[in-house]
Amino acid sequence: MSTAREDILAGIRRGLRRGPLLAEPAARLAEGVAAHRRNLIPARAAALDERARIDLFVAMAEEVQTTVARVASDDKVPAEVARYLAAENLPAELVMAPDPGLDAIPWDTRPLLAVRRGRAEPDDAVSVTPCLAGIAETGTLLLVSGRDTPTTLNFLPDTHIVVLRAGQVVASYEDGWDLVRARASSTPEAWPRTVNLITGPSRTGDIEQRIQLGAHGPRRLHIVLVDDPEAAANGPPPG
Amino acid sequence: MEPTSHSFPENVRAGLADPILQRALGLARTGFPLRRRQAIERLPEFETLREEGRAIKDHTLAHLDFYLELYEKNVTASGGQVHWARNAAEARAAVLEICRSVGARIVTKGKSMVAEEIALNDHLEANGITPIETDLGEYIIQLRHEPPSHIIAPAIHLMKEQVADAFRAAHTELDPDRALEEPRALCEEARAILRPHFLAADVGITGANFLIAETGSSIIVTNEGNGDLTQTLPRVHIVVTSLEKIVPTLEDATTLLRLLARSATGQEFSSYTTLSTGPRRPGDLDGPDEYHVVLLDNGRTDLIGGEFQDMLRCLRCAACLNHCPVYVAVGGHAYGWVYPGPMGAVLTPALVGLGEAGHLPNASTFCGRCEAVCPVKIPLPKMMRHWREREFKEALSPPVYRAGLRLWAWLARRPELYHRMVEIKARLLGWLGKTHGRFRSLPLASGWTLVRDMPAPEGRSFHSLWAERRGPNGADGRPR
Repeated sequence: MSTAREDILAGIRRGLRRGPLLAEPAARLAEGVAAHRRNLIPARAAALDERARIDLFVAMAEEVQTTVARVASDDKVPAEVARYLAAENLPAELVMAPDPGLDAIPWDTRPLLAVRRGRAEPDDAVSVTPCLAGIAETGTLLLVSGRDTPTTLNFLPDTHIVVLRAGQVVASYEDGWDLVRARASSTPEAWPRTVNLITGPSRTGDIEQRIQLGAHGPRRLHIVLVDDPEAAANGPPPG
Repeated sequence: MEPTSHSFPENVRAGLADPILQRALGLARTGFPLRRRQAIERLPEFETLREEGRAIKDHTLAHLDFYLELYEKNVTASGGQVHWARNAAEARAAVLEICRSVGARIVTKGKSMVAEEIALNDHLEANGITPIETDLGEYIIQLRHEPPSHIIAPAIHLMKEQVADAFRAAHTELDPDRALEEPRALCEEARAILRPHFLAADVGITGANFLIAETGSSIIVTNEGNGDLTQTLPRVHIVVTSLEKIVPTLEDATTLLRLLARSATGQEFSSYTTLSTGPRRPGDLDGPDEYHVVLLDNGRTDLIGGEFQDMLRCLRCAACLNHCPVYVAVGGHAYGWVYPGPMGAVLTPALVGLGEAGHLPNASTFCGRCEAVCPVKIPLPKMMRHWREREFKEALSPPVYRAGLRLWAWLARRPELYHRMVEIKARLLGWLGKTHGRFRSLPLASGWTLVRDMPAPEGRSFHSLWAERRGPNGADGRPR
């Protein structure tokens, strides 16, 4: 291996006044890492029941200019997407993640909505993606990359629409990590290349500290929250 | 960049006399502290999180070799590659080699203070590669050919008129009569100009806020989304970062993330917190084919086990800058290198030498606000004092200053004499100043009286008043 690596590690050990860790303390540290022990989690979301947790998620998301529309079931999603695009004066064209969960939505009930499946290209104006979880603590969406969920959909188009099921709303980031870990152990690609925590649309305060939305990423972030009592009873579905 | 920290006094005078800088700093002075306080008031656990954050960083530093080796193992297992760099030259060489290996001509960059520290842009340009900064603030200062003046808001020293001037000078293909009065228009123009660069870049370079040993991931925390476009679209993603960014687990990073945005911008959470782990997976529709981490030391490991080790806990949130009466008066450029404010006053002497940066730890009133707002409780004033002691020991300060300090130390070790002299001085100044109550000039105090009046003492020293009020038996200390 490179001498830079050896020099740096030797320098650290010199500062710590010891040699490389012995097998026993090293094993203890490795156990500590594998334990995924949680530190303090703020009570704000952790103490809430499911209904209050979802309400907190919506309130926190709206505070950072995410818009949220609640619908009763999957078959209402296409109409809500069409309504949102019309209200924002956007074309009824979208690129959608090739995700089985989104494919289960009856998009053909809205024949005027042109849906393409795939990654985002530079001219795509609107994307629709699933997510792995909503995190109530700060109104944050957790998305993972994979063959059905390309990352470009989250950043290239001007408008990003996310379909979130009520049962996917968890209290904390830590709850979200457990979902990522569970998913990684059950799929061949193991840990996802990218995990995105998204809290509101793109913004900048770099000029006179005046907040402008839509710096480089999406100008608008819209969540369609599906109140699906069946899915909620069975716990969060996989991404 | 070449440090100019040695000319801090001249830089300060220039900064104080610059009306645009003073207007811009006026915005920073009120905005950041207010938003931070509001965010913290909403989170009752904030103080406990600070304690936990400090403990996480201390534990990691005590086992830094273990966690770095685990991190490297996991980066490699996910298909990425770690390049260890002892110093800036090695880090620059590693980046250049990767860029050359794919024939890169255009490189997009997310904001990275480590990239500033190693002067990466100059090196790429000198070797025929065009680096394009994509964070709005970094883009503005790249057009103006100047360094950042703040570690999270690089263009904080500018008003919108200067930004408009820079855009008109650079974007000559656009209508010269276009309206650029509002930040909105400037933001739109930068978005439109930079979008094709994101798509054309061969390599994307970002920094990292955290590295996670457990998973071999790097984390960036941003608001604009430029960092994500930078690392998702090109064929190669290079993370340029330094080794103290490592934490053991996702849970540990999460605790620090809860501290970071609130301390930095006063947000509950930044818009985009992104974990990157290796290159694109088989079957993925996007993402880079190569993932590299250039891991810089550059003097940091020398701090381990010494009086400056606590500095390696720093999250680079900039709360200490925003709350420093010196920083918000003189701005970041006065500090003469990459890291300004209290964290820079401690870190810069360690990285570029005390001979160059000796002024910086002296540029503090020791008011203590920096330590009070630090999310990981770094004892910044104490460490500035350590630098001052070293400066004295190594005879780096001017002879007159050192002679004065020696005289004062001689007196301070003789309390009887010291108190008597202070009493004489207080009476003399009290008598001289009794007409106006203040002095417009005083011998040996021109540094004070050049810019403001010196209030005249009332005629008694604190010690003699205190002794009188306590009474002969050292009673309750209340006035009689």
